[in-house]
Amino acid sequence: MSEETMPISLTVNGENVSRNVPVRQHLVDFLRTELGLTGTHLGCEHGSCGACSLRVDGLLVRGCLMLAVQTDGGEVVTIEGLDATGEIADLQAAFVERNALQCGFCTPGMLMAAAELMRAGGRKTRAEIRTHLAGNFCRCTGYHAIVDAVAVTLDRRANGGSNRV
Amino acid sequence: MSEAARPSPLAGSHSYVGRTLPRLAAKAAVAGRGRYTDDVSVPRMLQAAFLRSPYAHARILSIETAAAERAPGIALVMTGPELAKLCTGPWVGTLSSFAGMKSAPQYPMAVDRACWAGEPVAMVVAATRAQAEDAAELIRIEWQELPAIADKRTALERHAPVLHAELGDNLAFRKSIEAGDVEAAFAGADLVIEENFEFGRHTGVSLEPRALLAAYDKATGKLTIITSSQCPHMIQRVFAQTLGIPDHNVQIVAPDVGGSFGLKIHSYGDEVAAVAAAIQLGRPVKFIADRLESFVSDIHARENSVKARIAVKRSGEILGFDIDVLSAAGAYSQYPRTSVFEANQILTITGGPYRHKHYRARASVVYLNKPPSSQYRAVGHPIGNAIGEHLLDRAADRLGIDPIEMRRRNVFPDDAYPAVSASGIKLKDLSHQRCLDLIVERMRYGELRAEQSRWRQQGVERGIGIAAFIKGTSPGPLGYYGSGGAPISLQDACVIKLEPNGGIICAVGVTEQGQGTNTMVGQVAATALGVPIECVRVISGDTDAVPYGGGTFGSRAAAIGGEAVYQAARALKGEILAIAGELLQTEPSRLEIRAGIVVDAAGERRLPLAEIGRICHFQLGELPSSRQPVLSHTRRFRLVEDLYIFANGVHGAYVEVDTDTGFVRLLKHWVVEDCGRLINPLLADEQVRGGCVQGIGGALYEHLVYDGQGQLTNGTLADYLVPMAAEMPDIDVAHVETPSSASELGAKGVGESGTGAAPAAIMNAVNDALRPFNARVTSQPITPETVLRALGKI
Repeated sequence: MSEETMPISLTVNGENVSRNVPVRQHLVDFLRTELGLTGTHLGCEHGSCGACSLRVDGLLVRGCLMLAVQTDGGEVVTIEGLDATGEIADLQAAFVERNALQCGFCTPGMLMAAAELMRAGGRKTRAEIRTHLAGNFCRCTGYHAIVDAVAVTLDRRANGGSNRV
Repeated sequence: MSEAARPSPLAGSHSYVGRTLPRLAAKAAVAGRGRYTDDVSVPRMLQAAFLRSPYAHARILSIETAAAERAPGIALVMTGPELAKLCTGPWVGTLSSFAGMKSAPQYPMAVDRACWAGEPVAMVVAATRAQAEDAAELIRIEWQELPAIADKRTALERHAPVLHAELGDNLAFRKSIEAGDVEAAFAGADLVIEENFEFGRHTGVSLEPRALLAAYDKATGKLTIITSSQCPHMIQRVFAQTLGIPDHNVQIVAPDVGGSFGLKIHSYGDEVAAVAAAIQLGRPVKFIADRLESFVSDIHARENSVKARIAVKRSGEILGFDIDVLSAAGAYSQYPRTSVFEANQILTITGGPYRHKHYRARASVVYLNKPPSSQYRAVGHPIGNAIGEHLLDRAADRLGIDPIEMRRRNVFPDDAYPAVSASGIKLKDLSHQRCLDLIVERMRYGELRAEQSRWRQQGVERGIGIAAFIKGTSPGPLGYYGSGGAPISLQDACVIKLEPNGGIICAVGVTEQGQGTNTMVGQVAATALGVPIECVRVISGDTDAVPYGGGTFGSRAAAIGGEAVYQAARALKGEILAIAGELLQTEPSRLEIRAGIVVDAAGERRLPLAEIGRICHFQLGELPSSRQPVLSHTRRFRLVEDLYIFANGVHGAYVEVDTDTGFVRLLKHWVVEDCGRLINPLLADEQVRGGCVQGIGGALYEHLVYDGQGQLTNGTLADYLVPMAAEMPDIDVAHVETPSSASELGAKGVGESGTGAAPAAIMNAVNDALRPFNARVTSQPITPETVLRALGKI
């Protein structure tokens, strides 16, 4: 197999990053091994489990299905970035309060996916929340608590609540 | 007054037991700051990848590794025979507690013959995982394919190929239980229902795969292994024994564990290989299983066929059960916990809630050319419950008795304990009657039945399923493991210490995988001591830091580990009050600890624990010369007589079946659970919910589909279906609280009950929906195809 590399420049969580990366390296391996951003997890490397969910150029993507070189010139936001900006601080607090995670391995991806709903705004039914999160596998919780945490956060925001906690 | 004579702090107004508190670890996880094994990287670290057998059964004629050894970044290529030479001997996965069971010797990687597709054959260690995988592709193996034993139904036939010639046949174990007069009971019954059941093969699918990072210090001989494990001490001994290193020179650290469900209580050959590489190279070696490797090398479970019948009187009274189980193991019995527990548990718990006197249960466990099977969440219970509860419903239907009423007529009454089941297990402290009453209330059972009829009139087929259950939790040392010869400790321990600042350090042998073990420990310790919970720090998952224990499996963390914490904290409290008595010139019996402060009988604050900590560590001159403070107490706890602490409960499922497509839609699920004293209600609820969904996955979706050559045909998460958010229902959870009499804390296990009983409730609900069509499903997973076949539509 080729060890061909390619230089890329991008922003990750708002910081400028330039690296020479193997062209076959996927985005999550790049983030985890090159940048030490271990909050993004790999569960299947097949696009099925959602543990690697990331925001790239404003869109929710499967980090395992994207090559690092494809992000050249782009903007990548990981769970560490979302945490730092406080964008979903209320949702994170609701996850903790409601125990919407157990082992926590799916949680960064689940939060990245739920953050899309938060950005869209408005209330959602439980069924709509479940459908939105249907691409993120959680083996521990059975999802009920996750739906509770997302629903309560959407409601609070719809009632004028701040995302700050 | 001794500590034991004081009133129990558990029910007091200062108790943290019974209160919902958040988990500290959750805050790190939501910030992306969990620390799982693969998040740890160390200098000079290498990565291991494995070449695995493409055949279910094949002889290895030759292995050519030269090209792989020349590949970029390669540090080591190791074959099975090379690894075998580094091992003290093979594993043999038998326990003396299972009389007559047999298994073949197993080395960590195949030596001259591969016995399942996915068995590790050679390991490549390189600077990066990509380089290791590239090089693994360069290894050339000459194979001679052998006949695969892939079907349990034919594995015991006279002319079937034999997987391990030295065993004589493919039988791993046979067991039978006979109680009462089964033939007479069935001959004299008003009604006998007989059915055949099939249960598909599953695996645990923790989202974080198995993961390990091993480092060996040649100077000191110390081996450090960071690994995603539920049982650090067990795996310490397994690695130490297998590789010939003294146990006490092996440190096992379990950092955050990304899901486990039983699959991380086992020993795996690829992990031994990676550790052996670290020792040989003197460099850290990491191995992270990928998803396909997980499907073909994590333990499997649940593949069973059961022929079963029930005998009942016209009144609904159950006379007896008669079950015959054919259980599919893999190529070897899993070391050291064996592959026969599932069958054993089916025999033990089928019909467990009921008072029948006549019981016959037989099981045969057979070897197949598939990955080894072993304990996975709720071991055997999903199967035993599904068959028992199905037969009960069938009988009730024939007799015109409502399913709830049928169970009321047959369960052990709540005042009947201690009792012994027909299968011979001792039952204590159970509450079937109260659980049935409560689930009727939670489900609004009468109204739900009326709603079901209204839908039925509109051509919508909805079904209600009920399943009562018992669940064996917290196994005791007289049971199967330690007494059978396995290096698995069934006691557990806590070391609790008072620090100079008044802080409390609590080190425990039970482990955390997200269920909240550490939070539970903190709540129990703070309550027993009388300190604010913020003063307690809990340490688990590090063999260098915690007392020897069995770890977390079999729903034992709270019931066994929690009691050890309670007793250790009480002992520490006794010493603190004795010292306080000396410092205050007061009888210790007149003192108490409240919110971290020693108070007197009038409730007056006299001495903060921080002051006692300071004096006892730094200002010892203030103490009487006869007093030498210890301030570190260890207590151990085990079940003395019982094999298990049984928990019980009832599930209710409400489903809609589309009779055109065969799809089953889950509308709602209810659980009433008696796990003894509730320590943290929210965490207990979430264990139940998560467990239910894992059971639902098995009932409706999950299935490792093997072909006739022993090849897995669906080894991806796109093909092996797991429950996702959109299909799952909301789950209503309620509790009946009957404290276990086995301990002062009174906790029973809660982690597996959902998984154990949900499949029974789901299957009963689907069959309730199919009743107007005189159709029924008796195999799991209940796929659309299963439903359509039952309806005769395909």
